[in-house]
Amino acid sequence: MTAPILEMRGIAHRFGGLDVLADISLNIAAGEFVSILGPSGAGKSTILRILTGGQRPDRGEILFEGTTLEASRQPFAFMPQRDALMPWRRVLDNTTLGLEVQGVKRAEARRRVQPLFAEFGLEGFETHYPSELSGGMRQRTALLRTVVQQRPMMLLDEPFGALDALTRFGMQRWLEAMWTHHSWTAILVTHDVREAVALSDRIYVLSPRPARIVHEIEIDLPRPRTVAGPHQPQMTAIENTILELLLHPKEE
Amino acid sequence: MSFSNPPARRIISTVGHILPALCSVGLLILVWELYARFSGISPTTLPSPSRVLAQAVVHRHALWDNTVPTVRATVLGFSCSLAAAFIFSVLIDFFRRLRRALFPIFIISQTLPLVAIAPLVVLWFGFGLTPKILLVALVTFFPMLVALAQGYEATEEEIELLLASMGAPRWKRFLLARFPAALPHFFAGLRISITYAVVGAIFAEYAGAAQGLGIYILNAKNNFRPDLVLAAVLVSALLTLTLFGASVLVQYAAMPWTRRGRYTLR
Repeated sequence: MTAPILEMRGIAHRFGGLDVLADISLNIAAGEFVSILGPSGAGKSTILRILTGGQRPDRGEILFEGTTLEASRQPFAFMPQRDALMPWRRVLDNTTLGLEVQGVKRAEARRRVQPLFAEFGLEGFETHYPSELSGGMRQRTALLRTVVQQRPMMLLDEPFGALDALTRFGMQRWLEAMWTHHSWTAILVTHDVREAVALSDRIYVLSPRPARIVHEIEIDLPRPRTVAGPHQPQMTAIENTILELLLHPKEE
Repeated sequence: MSFSNPPARRIISTVGHILPALCSVGLLILVWELYARFSGISPTTLPSPSRVLAQAVVHRHALWDNTVPTVRATVLGFSCSLAAAFIFSVLIDFFRRLRRALFPIFIISQTLPLVAIAPLVVLWFGFGLTPKILLVALVTFFPMLVALAQGYEATEEEIELLLASMGAPRWKRFLLARFPAALPHFFAGLRISITYAVVGAIFAEYAGAAQGLGIYILNAKNNFRPDLVLAAVLVSALLTLTLFGASVLVQYAAMPWTRRGRYTLR
């Protein structure tokens, strides 16, 4: 494996008198899509908050490209749960938000975002307000807002959790195609086993709170995995293994 | 005949919308008119609506001359109150300690009975514009402050997390998220406070003024002219409704995203 771009070593975190993270060590290489899979309330989102600087870990260290991650450096583009679109901004202005915060002029930000609208299936909706979009389109808008920040790495916090089952499946298929094409580096936090197996190069399975990593699975299956094919029995086998881990965590 | 073309249909639906209100108000006025006319009650006790209207027309110049100062006091007082409420809302949003220090004072200011405080303010500041502005501000400042402060708090947490992850400093998060998120609360507060503002101005004039609807009402009452009292009340009601309508229009213009419907298939 190539040298990791991000390394978390022995991260522990207490919050509100609770041990949230007991011992989290993980790493990601450039171009890798890694999922963190765990039961609800296990502290998955806390890991992302520690990375984005929202919370400080009590123990452990974080290395990005070999050096300690500092608050001033912001190598991550974060996509929060639900979509966090601003209802008062048009779709176009929602997607340029990250660039505007970075200090890019509005016209320049728009110029950079515009060519991506077609690929994200949002062409013709630039001047709409988020309330006029379907759930899937809102999610694609939020992802476009994440992508255009051009950070080395993306953090996706249960991006499809609020969607209905059919829309979610469509979004997973679309996301897989996007990633196969662009090979962006990303951490996906989810409790959806199928989603993790379908999209990830590697999966870390978390225990219930206080979270530690109970298993790491490399998924070396051909893509696309979200369409029918001979890989499906293997996928099901992996899904079953993970489900057993999640449902019977005591054996650890 | 069909009303399939959109403008005609919209007019029909608007009329259908306000028809119940027109009916109930009309009925109320009709009952009042009939009672005042046929019960034998003296017009110096209860004048009929038609008499109030006729006297309002006869005394239109005096009414107008007394309306202008009231409008001036209302608008100036409310503007000051709005500016102060905005400044303080931003301050207490940025400095939590300040909030704990100032809120008790604001709340106590709301417990002061206007009947007691209005004559005192007039005593201290005279019969000019200043005491009116102060009293209008006193009754409208706190509702506006609370509306704004609550509005900032109503910002979606996810949006704040997102902006923090983008490295936006506190003031940028305020401008990009907290302030626009507060707009619906702000306008709800505005619609309520603007009606208080008119009442506040009239009350301030009642306690002492050279001109204004408040002092006009007082004089009409002392001259046993309930018809003129009611004519002035009618003017103040129209004034309040106009300001209320103006605030609705401003909201309509300032929040275009609320006019677009929920998701529709295209």
